Amino acid sequence: MDILTWTYILVGLSFTLYIGIAIWTRAGSTKEFYVAGGGVSPLANGMATAADWMSAASFISMAGIISFAGYDGSVYLMGWTGGYVLLALLLAPYLRKFGKFTVPDFVGDRYYSNTAKVVAVICALFISFTYVAGQMRGVGIVFSRYLEVPIEWGVVIGMCIVFFYAVLGGMKGITYTQVAQYCVLIFAYMVPAIFVSMQLTGNPIPQLGLGGELADGTALLDKLDGVLGELGFAEYTAGRKGMMDIFMITLALMVGTAGLPHVIVRFFTVPKVKDARLSAGYALVFIAILYTTAPAIAAFGIYNAINSTSEKEISTLPVWVSNWQKTNLIAVDDKNGDGKIQYVADPATNELTIDRDIMVLASPEIAELPNWVVGLVAAGAMAAALSTAAGLLLVISTSVSRDLFKTFRPDISEKKELRIARIAAAGAVLLAGYFGVNPPGFVAQVVAFAFGLAAASFFPVIIMGIFSSRINKEGAIAGMISGLIFTLAYIIYFKFIAPELNTADNWWSGVSPEGIGSIGMFINFLVCIVVSKFTPAPPQEVQDMIQEIRIPRGAGKAIDH
Amino acid sequence: MAQDPGKMKAYWKKNLKTLFILLFIWFLVSFGFGILWVDELNNIRLGGYKLGFWFAQQGSIYSFVVLIFIYVYRMNKLDKEFDVNEE
Repeated sequence: MDILTWTYILVGLSFTLYIGIAIWTRAGSTKEFYVAGGGVSPLANGMATAADWMSAASFISMAGIISFAGYDGSVYLMGWTGGYVLLALLLAPYLRKFGKFTVPDFVGDRYYSNTAKVVAVICALFISFTYVAGQMRGVGIVFSRYLEVPIEWGVVIGMCIVFFYAVLGGMKGITYTQVAQYCVLIFAYMVPAIFVSMQLTGNPIPQLGLGGELADGTALLDKLDGVLGELGFAEYTAGRKGMMDIFMITLALMVGTAGLPHVIVRFFTVPKVKDARLSAGYALVFIAILYTTAPAIAAFGIYNAINSTSEKEISTLPVWVSNWQKTNLIAVDDKNGDGKIQYVADPATNELTIDRDIMVLASPEIAELPNWVVGLVAAGAMAAALSTAAGLLLVISTSVSRDLFKTFRPDISEKKELRIARIAAAGAVLLAGYFGVNPPGFVAQVVAFAFGLAAASFFPVIIMGIFSSRINKEGAIAGMISGLIFTLAYIIYFKFIAPELNTADNWWSGVSPEGIGSIGMFINFLVCIVVSKFTPAPPQEVQDMIQEIRIPRGAGKAIDH
Repeated sequence: MAQDPGKMKAYWKKNLKTLFILLFIWFLVSFGFGILWVDELNNIRLGGYKLGFWFAQQGSIYSFVVLIFIYVYRMNKLDKEFDVNEE
């Protein structure tokens, strides 16, 4: 059977599974809709968190980014996993004990102020929307590439699927669908990686293969350093960005991960505080399987790509090159007309352009694996894109129905609230789909900054809300606003107002806009502490509440007001 | 729930100490070994890896996983010791 048939079969099967689960676990109450009734086991929650977390970008693009960035790609590996340590140690258990449904809920109660809550809702909506618009686009690209339909159709198909299980099932439907999606995506990611690792290094475990030796006895990474050096590129294992920048980007990604509302909300779905801690551990295990494999795929991919093309006759190139040339992910241009490919660092004489997405997408073909593996990778990429989009849409609908609507109309019935949540989810799907079809130029650029914004706005006020009983509402509001505005201003200045100045020389202390969220976070902390010092301490009942969330005993299931 | 404030203070203090130690290791394996001292560590080899590169792309992630499970174990013990655990 050919690749397209296999893709239709495997993608069709996986979608049937997701929809089946969604119908089976349909939410009947607001509690089931927001936090799956608070009854998800830590293992299932960990798996769902992992699927929620790993987007189409993690699945398709991350390995490719590392292929071309080498050591510098470590910022994503460390940044997107290290945040879970912060989450497990500093946030998850306490927020679970607090026992409400959302991050703005916590901010509103802890800082005894609807103003603080509304500021938090705006931050949450802003972060989730920039993120989800990018995801919908990702969904469209994946669908169109594999199903060979136009990108618009890809987005529409993706919207229908997400609509179906996010709007019907709420958090309950999403959680169990994400468990299935995790299984699909990790299987699809590992199979080609294991085969390629075996072919190159003889070791079936990619994490060990990366440190293994090639057939000629030299270590893969040393060989790669040498080959890239000869072609005029920087060494694979050496850094190219400044150390300060690497440090700050990693920090912003870590703290941003811990501050992302769609990740935090997952820890409200388990029954106990103990489970919230454990669940973060499981989530990281499931994430780490992919994140430690990605650098191996990255190195194998770039090595294979260079090895099978560089200085080779164009007429004798392997068949995968011409296959992917059709999609414009590989471009060959014989500039000097010698009939061979010169892949070099200098753009004036370089004859081969490789898109980073190819490292994962083409790996089954490069390794000459059967067609069903290619179909499997397609199903995996779609699982990754859909699970993340669904999780984000739920945060948006919860923010609207609960944090905004119910704050000002506290007397609405549960049935009505549930209906508003569903309408909000439907509206969010449509809006996200619109941005997926007509992506405004800024979306792609802004997605990466969602982390910086989360780091600069949420993280400090949640941490201090738990670990300090002196921080008051004035401090929190001033901190969130100053952190957000500083970060936003820096990003907007370098990305939109004066993009020509966006070079290391002009950056403040060598920190790029990607890493500025870290500085925003420090500013937030500082402003928050100073303002709190000069304004009255929080009332006694808030101080009592802080003492209460610090101990695990007495955590009921997530409760309503 | 009426809890003895002195005991709660002791519990919180022990909790903070655990956090401090674990976060110190968290910082060391990622920002320390993977970024700040990566060049020095790259002179040491771990099989086909340079050690600093290994920490940046593999070792730090393994350490993060271990750190969370140590935390879970420590806190469950501490909760029981101070009788604040869940049923």
